[in-house]
Amino acid sequence: MKEYLLFALQRFALLAAVVFFGVSGAFFISHLSPINPVESILGEISSRATISPVAVEEMRRSLNEMFGLNMPLWQQFLNFWGRLLVGDLGPSLLAFPTPAMYIVMLALPWTVGLLSVSIIITWIVGNIVGGLAGFFQNSRLLKLFGVLAIGIQPIPYYIVAFLLVVIFGFLWPVLPISGGFAMNVRPGWSIEFVLSILHYSILPAASLVIVGVGTWFLGMRALVSNIVTEDYVTYAELAGVRRGRLVGSYVIRNALVPQLTALSMALGGIFSGTIITEQVFAYPGLGSLLVRAVNGGDTTLVLAVSSIAIVAVAVAIFIVDLLHPFLDPRVRVG
Amino acid sequence: MFSVLRDLIRYNIEFAIGLAMTCFIIAFAALSFFSPVDPTLVYTAIPDRPPSWQHWFGTNSRGQELFWLLTFAFRNTLTFGITVAVLSRIISIVVGLAAGYIGGWVDRVLMFFNDIFVAIPIFPILILFYFVLRSDLNSFTLALIMACFGWPFDARLIRSVALGLRHREFTRQALFAGMSPLKVMFQEHLPYVMPIIFATAMANMIWSIGLEVTLAVLGFTNLSIPTVGTTLYWANNHSAMIVGVWWWILIPVALIIVMFVGLFLLAVSLNEYIDPRSRLRRMGA
Repeated sequence: MKEYLLFALQRFALLAAVVFFGVSGAFFISHLSPINPVESILGEISSRATISPVAVEEMRRSLNEMFGLNMPLWQQFLNFWGRLLVGDLGPSLLAFPTPAMYIVMLALPWTVGLLSVSIIITWIVGNIVGGLAGFFQNSRLLKLFGVLAIGIQPIPYYIVAFLLVVIFGFLWPVLPISGGFAMNVRPGWSIEFVLSILHYSILPAASLVIVGVGTWFLGMRALVSNIVTEDYVTYAELAGVRRGRLVGSYVIRNALVPQLTALSMALGGIFSGTIITEQVFAYPGLGSLLVRAVNGGDTTLVLAVSSIAIVAVAVAIFIVDLLHPFLDPRVRVG
Repeated sequence: MFSVLRDLIRYNIEFAIGLAMTCFIIAFAALSFFSPVDPTLVYTAIPDRPPSWQHWFGTNSRGQELFWLLTFAFRNTLTFGITVAVLSRIISIVVGLAAGYIGGWVDRVLMFFNDIFVAIPIFPILILFYFVLRSDLNSFTLALIMACFGWPFDARLIRSVALGLRHREFTRQALFAGMSPLKVMFQEHLPYVMPIIFATAMANMIWSIGLEVTLAVLGFTNLSIPTVGTTLYWANNHSAMIVGVWWWILIPVALIIVMFVGLFLLAVSLNEYIDPRSRLRRMGA
């Protein structure tokens, strides 16, 4: 138990470091921006009504104070961290004066839900089928699956998502291709709403699964085809261990450890893929929000989405890392 | 070198197919040097012509000859991918060899940063750079930024090889003979990691080109440079699929898939070749 805590602590230190460096990087990149959020808000407000120059000047002063732009950069940096820790990054420009964090928190559950479900499906299906393909190397069906995986896996997320939209939007329109739920359903804790969410998530999730499953399949097949040549597998086979047990507990179980490491390393990349998937399917998650914020020149919102994305990916990696000792007893005893 | 290539083509069908696909794309991109039209000009041809003998790939809604436009697009995209691959290879070689050979706290510090770079999602960072630089974000700047994020996986791989080499007999002998550590790293150890560098370069190109296509499709790169991604961006911008200009979408997508699958087959088969166990199995031993 003590070893496990030490391991968890070590992983937590990495989490903290990733969040610190990532979010600080995002802060400094965004503060090089030539877009001044105060001027854009003033432009937005004064385009809607006539306001006396004195009032504009007053507003500029108070907005500068609100965004903290009247301070040197290092102090802005400290303030930024202080505000991030209490979860308030200032008002969004697109939906002024709603806090940017509020908008981000509305979008976050959509992305987390879509991603976690599709990653779990992808990882489990890819590893099981890949493990079987590595073990039963003469199976025609599994060989065909391998060829398909090689053909589909390298294609970028965008292309696959786009092809799905073309197929199900133009050629055979049976599934909804845009949005998070049906327009005529009231959001809330009702069965109707949940079903609608599931219905609308089929295509986005399918595109993530189709692209992702090949990676795990090919990785697992390569791992397993090496493991089956190990002496202990031959020994277990000679000792009369049943086939199913041999594949499950002796071969696949061992190969899952490096695959779990690979999962925690791949999470950042998978998140990048989600952004485009959400954009293609107009899914109301972080990705669509980020694209909208960039197009609207909304500095606060862009920074808020990026920061939350970095934190969310780091936390997801932390959780996957914590699962490690359950698969690999060597990590548990240290 | 050539005998390795010959063996690979003879014994590894995946390598042969991958090589053929990649060479096809490279040859197609090379045609851009003989192009009669300037790809940055619009409305030089009759718009929306379907593929025919006169216009092989048809023309798009912006009045461009799609065939020549795509040769330029693939040239720019390949150049971009190779630039990122070369730059990030340099970083990963230096970090990997240094961490593996020197070890100790140098190794720990380098791997600490390595882990951080692996965990940061690059796409929001790239979008932030676009947000700041806007149209100043040219291909080379983008390649430079991506190279700064494309090294950690491969640096770790190179480090694991270098760790093994450190305790080999010849390393000790080289040191006793008075070779400087720097020379040991780059003259003695580098040749051992060269195969890994080639194999990972292909995977790295798939990664960087995939990201470039994604950024461009969203309109987050310099849209006046013809690349694979910007071609698709303009096609979407003119609603090509809805108005029935299908060749503007399907031909680039088909070529992109050929390019990605080709590069991927090369990466996979090279990886397999590096591992002696799977190489022996393939040769029937």
